[in-house]
Amino acid sequence: MTNKMAPPPLYSGTVTKYVFIDSPNVNPQTLAIRAYEISKGIMIKETCFGLQVTGKPDEVKELIRELRKVDPAHIFVKDRGFPPGDPRRCRANLGGARPGYYGHEFESRILRYISRGLEETASRTVTVNKFEKTKMDEGKLPLEKLLEIIENEED
Amino acid sequence: MAKVFIYPATSLVLSDLVERWGHEPLGAALAIRERIQTASLDSPPLQMTPEEPKKGLKWAAVEVPAGVRGRMALYGPMIEEADAAIIINDADLAFGCMGCSRTNELVMYLLRKRTDIPLLDIKYPSSEEEGIAFVASIKEFLAALGGGEDA
Repeated sequence: MTNKMAPPPLYSGTVTKYVFIDSPNVNPQTLAIRAYEISKGIMIKETCFGLQVTGKPDEVKELIRELRKVDPAHIFVKDRGFPPGDPRRCRANLGGARPGYYGHEFESRILRYISRGLEETASRTVTVNKFEKTKMDEGKLPLEKLLEIIENEED
Repeated sequence: MAKVFIYPATSLVLSDLVERWGHEPLGAALAIRERIQTASLDSPPLQMTPEEPKKGLKWAAVEVPAGVRGRMALYGPMIEEADAAIIINDADLAFGCMGCSRTNELVMYLLRKRTDIPLLDIKYPSSEEEGIAFVASIKEFLAALGGGEDA
């Protein structure tokens, strides 16, 4: 449904990125201070998990590159479609909880494994064992079991 | 720099690792950003218009729910554009009802149908050893694509 009263697009031509930090040594406030030091006018929003940064693509890329140096294995960056505070998405305008963080919440639990992987792969060459079919099929319904269910249904 | 389609398209981990090793992750945020920054469209909150399900007809039949076709208008062009793809198979966060779930199945099907691009099938790690294997396999996969530069 169209709405002629919708606000014009905010921050056209910019990119917004989430910066998550999951580090035992650096907290989001420290990261924010570092970001302000080197931001050169990029919009920064502090959050409980890290930052959201909005600006021209090249400037944001440079800022992210510098921020990663703070704790390379424990900082994770992701694109965001909406800029912070966009009235079409911000819960300050819409009310209620904002959908979309469930995925981040789920992945936050495995970030420690990813960090460990990043540290290991940075310090040495890791031989990769490919994920075998049996591993990939874990948790799936076996074909034989499915056939058995179908046959029982037909009786 | 290769364009790597990530599944789940909202994955923080995949988006980060692909960008970290110098490639471009193709995820949901890029398609959403393109729409919300287009001034000519006027259909909040996601700027999806009645035109999107029509565009989705390219990837899903007309009998398929409009929700699937609308989502395919976001993902379809990126799947065609991708130079490589990474799929996490046990992504619990990518659950959903008719629209989301069927779109996810269709996205994975279309990626696997593209035999001309390299595809990495993995699962989320549940221990440190699996975490190392997870990261190492992605790093090796991305290195094989070539042209990457560290972010």
